[in-house]
Amino acid sequence: MIQFLVNQALHSEHALDPNMTVLQYLREHLGKPGTKEGCASGDCGACTVVVGELVADESGTDSIRYRSLNSCLTFVSSLHGKQLISVEGLKHQGELHSVQQAMADCHGSQCGFCTPGFVMSLFALQKNSQGPDLHKAQEALAGNLCRCTGYRPILDAAAQSCARPCRDQFDAQQAQTIARLKAIAPQQTGELNSGDKRCLVPLTVADLAELYSSHPEARLLAGGTDLALEVMQFHRTLPVMIYVGHVAELKRIDKTTTHLEIGAATPLTDCYGALNDEYPDFGELLHRFASLQIRNQGTLGGNIGNASPIGDSPPLLIALDAQIVLRQGQRQRTLALEDYFIDYRITARQDSEFIEKIIVPRASNDWTFRAYKVSKRLDDDISAVCAAFNLSLEDGVVSGVRIAFGGMAAIPKRARACEAALRGKPWNQASVERACQALAEDFSPLSDFRASREYRLLTAQNLLRKYFIELQSPHIETRVTDYV
Amino acid sequence: MAELFSQDLATGVGRSLKHDSADKHVAGEAVYIDDRLEFPNQLHVYARTADRAHARILRIDTTPCYQIAGVRIVITHEDIPGLKDIGPVVAGDPLLAIDKVEFFGQPVLAVAACDLDTARRAAMAAIIEYEDLEPVLDVVEALRKKHFVLDSHTHQRGDAAAALATAPHRIQGTLHIGGQEHFYLETQISSVMPGEDGGMIVYCSTQNPTEVQKLVAEVLNVPMHKVVVDMRRMGGGFGGKETQAASPACLCAVIAHLTGQPTKMRLPRVEDMAMTGKRHPFYVEYDVGFDDSGRLHGVNLDLAGNCGYSPDLSGSIVDRAMFHSDNAYYLGDATVHGHRCKTNTASNTAYRGFGGPQGMVAIEQVMDHIARYLALDPLAVRKANYYGKTERNITHYYQTVEHNMLEEMTAELEASSDYHERRESIRRFNANSPVLKKGLALTPVKFGISFTATFLNQAGALIHIYTDGSIHLNHGGTEMGQGLNTKVAQVVAQVFQVDIKRIQITATNTDKVPNTSPTAASSGADLNGKAAQNAAEILKKRLTEFAARHFNVTEEDVEWRNGHVRARDQIASFEYLVQQAYFAQVSLSTTGFYRTPKIFYDRSQARGRPFYYYAFGAACVEVIVDTLTGEYKMLRADILHDVGDSLNPAIDIGQVEGGFVQGMGWLTTEELVWNAKGKLMTNGPASYKIPAVADMPIDMRVKLVENRKNPEDTVFHSKAVGEPPFMLGIAAWCAIKDAVASIADYRVQPNIDAPSTPERVLWGCEQMRKAVATAQLIEPETETVPQ
Repeated sequence: MIQFLVNQALHSEHALDPNMTVLQYLREHLGKPGTKEGCASGDCGACTVVVGELVADESGTDSIRYRSLNSCLTFVSSLHGKQLISVEGLKHQGELHSVQQAMADCHGSQCGFCTPGFVMSLFALQKNSQGPDLHKAQEALAGNLCRCTGYRPILDAAAQSCARPCRDQFDAQQAQTIARLKAIAPQQTGELNSGDKRCLVPLTVADLAELYSSHPEARLLAGGTDLALEVMQFHRTLPVMIYVGHVAELKRIDKTTTHLEIGAATPLTDCYGALNDEYPDFGELLHRFASLQIRNQGTLGGNIGNASPIGDSPPLLIALDAQIVLRQGQRQRTLALEDYFIDYRITARQDSEFIEKIIVPRASNDWTFRAYKVSKRLDDDISAVCAAFNLSLEDGVVSGVRIAFGGMAAIPKRARACEAALRGKPWNQASVERACQALAEDFSPLSDFRASREYRLLTAQNLLRKYFIELQSPHIETRVTDYV
Repeated sequence: MAELFSQDLATGVGRSLKHDSADKHVAGEAVYIDDRLEFPNQLHVYARTADRAHARILRIDTTPCYQIAGVRIVITHEDIPGLKDIGPVVAGDPLLAIDKVEFFGQPVLAVAACDLDTARRAAMAAIIEYEDLEPVLDVVEALRKKHFVLDSHTHQRGDAAAALATAPHRIQGTLHIGGQEHFYLETQISSVMPGEDGGMIVYCSTQNPTEVQKLVAEVLNVPMHKVVVDMRRMGGGFGGKETQAASPACLCAVIAHLTGQPTKMRLPRVEDMAMTGKRHPFYVEYDVGFDDSGRLHGVNLDLAGNCGYSPDLSGSIVDRAMFHSDNAYYLGDATVHGHRCKTNTASNTAYRGFGGPQGMVAIEQVMDHIARYLALDPLAVRKANYYGKTERNITHYYQTVEHNMLEEMTAELEASSDYHERRESIRRFNANSPVLKKGLALTPVKFGISFTATFLNQAGALIHIYTDGSIHLNHGGTEMGQGLNTKVAQVVAQVFQVDIKRIQITATNTDKVPNTSPTAASSGADLNGKAAQNAAEILKKRLTEFAARHFNVTEEDVEWRNGHVRARDQIASFEYLVQQAYFAQVSLSTTGFYRTPKIFYDRSQARGRPFYYYAFGAACVEVIVDTLTGEYKMLRADILHDVGDSLNPAIDIGQVEGGFVQGMGWLTTEELVWNAKGKLMTNGPASYKIPAVADMPIDMRVKLVENRKNPEDTVFHSKAVGEPPFMLGIAAWCAIKDAVASIADYRVQPNIDAPSTPERVLWGCEQMRKAVATAQLIEPETETVPQ
């Protein structure tokens, strides 16, 4: 059985189809059609809902953290112990919520179909806001597409919502909601079972390891932002899933003097602070990594585990010489991330083995790290090319170099010929040009609808040139993304 | 009451009322078709589509479909009781493929089942055998082979060939302009309820209820009076639901007819993008002659629209591209050819601007090319070619451009946007910035308002006043987000001088107002607002006559204001007057009608006045481009747009901003890519990138032209606003080309086709760098860049 709140009402479910998404649950099961399906692929945001989760601060005080997510990519099992808020839950005693009022006042809706999703993104923004902030508003709304307005009135509504946050029914009922969430907090492995399909929800790594060993055929469900596409877009059935989002040990970030140890099920949103502190370019890339809804769900381990050639974090992590800890039953092993990827969607992971954590070296003064993402659209797009450069110099000579690319091969891959052309060479234009030529030995990229092979190769070379300019001539402007 | 009478109505025309459904939109309470309650015996439809671009169908076996539990019926074209073709103007669009398929994604059969997933699985179980035929996928190939869906057409004024031969300068060029997916957030959907006597109630997300009614009647082989189409709201249309909403409606109707069960068909996003047509891609060839100031002497333009596999509306769409290939400019001696190329892709269709944007992009490319050739500021070339007020003011289709506001609007925008100072500061920035380059462009819009099929310029409305003084309003226009219902209600409120809350806006319905034109061509408020005004004025006249009798005054003594009627010294509330009129047996219901005056067009001569008036606008856009990757960001947009005397400034600004951003998206990141087999590869928002929030310009300054009534007698002297602002987005494309041109000192025209994706921009930068390297600073060499 799993239990959760829908708005304020307690729902206990045990026989639901585990392949059912929250969107289907709302629209078809509960008859709440306010939440819309625009794409069923997590790209348009029309289905955005907010999920409240109990969190305790350092002093142990409980509060509820509200986050937006795409209900089309969220399986119902991941609601276990949480509060689901849909657009129907905002209006209170016949009055619009302040974010709804702001959208109406600012003429933020035209056809209205995307509007419930925007309203929910604005609601989450308001709940996490310290006042109007254009940058934060753009971040909150980057995963919501509107075809009518051109967004200006919606940004106005965001500003209004954050300038005048009213005490709403969620604030008024907070103590009560916390008590109810505590009462349904999972105490043992949960399960959703519809006969031929099941989803297991363990709470500890040990339980997860044991369950996965006894169900090697299971699919691990973390954020689900990729896995749910198999159901929603490719119409497959997932008979056995194990949801890892309730395993607290997998969601921790530990900072040692030399490394960050990031639990594999840590949502990308929660990875941001630690990675951005060490590597501002990693933070900038995470800002452009899909959308906030996706980052609230999608995990760092998932971005590695699905082994996509166009995942954005692996090239950066490879350039940073990250390691991963794999676990199978009681057995753990540590592997350099670059050795994890073998061929297209083929990895070094064995049956019943899962990624437990990612170990990232902390920033050092000797190395200079930069990362670049090139895509058709600046926000919420998949990279045509993603590049990460990490270099150390001694007396003007390249003493250490790690360069990795996404979108250039069947796997996220180091550019070894390029590195070799630089290693031990003076860090100057001539070396960089030779290294650019060497990139053609490293990669023969594909042409697809995102970019041609010629564009990918030239852009990869130009990104190395850009890296050189940024290091040698920091006064030269090189990034359009600095204009915000 | 006297005090209320003395106050102005707060909800009439000219007021920035919010959209009538705004409070429902934000609460999730606005009902779209898929939100309607379903019936216990509801059927869901999924169409199996062709997985090849051109093939003969050898065999269809639907028996495997029936092995799947929950399947109710499988239909092919043989099951259609009436007409099998749903082409809107001429035949060519079979509801289900007959003997052959002509595009990848064409519906071949449809399955109805207890739920969508079951219908999909069953549809995929059908066996279809094909014999492949050679497809034509390239518009240039179709043009060379004269592979057309309709005949070519020409606009001609003067002797272009002679003018070109004698002009001081002459340049030629070609341009590819990409198509555009509508990406309405609500995909195509219809839900049909069978009724008595073979009738059908059709809930359809359509811009054209009457056409859906007609086509449903035809496929069922019943008279139109058996079919009622009801349309409360669409989750976006943009032209994509003008003709192509009919297919799901007709499939549902056939199935509902055969089964007697309520039937719904909602296209999942990927199917919607594969099955339905888009904005027409165009291929353009130009040959132009001009003088030292850049002023055109003669123009020879070939506009080849990629229509897809069938005519759909391509006749009128390519015509409108030709009508707008002058944009704001006097072309001199001009020959404009329009071609309707047939390719094995989905049938391209109406999309905001209806071909006009493609024609305008073509001539804006010419303006930029001339400017680079002569090393002039592109704005100077544009202004040198503007239509004159008293001379050089006749278009290549012989309509006189009257009330032209562009000269003064351009001057105002040049000043308010600091165009010339920014031009200089951008030059300085670019000289000192080796990687990032800024670009600036100011482009005009002149857009002709009216359906070019003249008979479509008509509309009807229906008003009932009930005895409590509440008003029921219905008209033939459809609400797709543009605020049409709000505007029309404001018109009625204004006429009756009552608060808009009194007026109930109701679903567009073919049994209330018949024989309607599509809500298209920006005409919604112009036509339906006038028809509703006509109905309201008829009732107001009746009530005024009654009030004169009732209060024993003359009709001239009866004044209406803010919910009240004054007859000399007596003041009565609107509802009192209505009640008294009812008791006096006065009819409180009427229809209204409108037809656009003055317009005529003889297509055989390519002469006439197809447009009642023109709407004008101008945009100035600044962009910054990364010359190492081709990425860019819009920094600022200044827009000045003409809506006449606005019916609702807030709604109009929403149209201007939304249109601009949509136009910018079309020309920048929205790229449609098909593979070699004719399959659309950019078939969802993961791969097809419409503007997101951060793509709008950082600094956006939008202004409506103030205090300028439409000189024509339009509804309260407003102007149409749906389509014209879309073409303001052309400034973004021109600004990107300007930034790239800076690499070669603005002397070479970058060959950057639309959309200017980062990849195309980078090839443009490479072209410039090569030009600098070889010092070929006059004529760009024609090179093939990888697409």
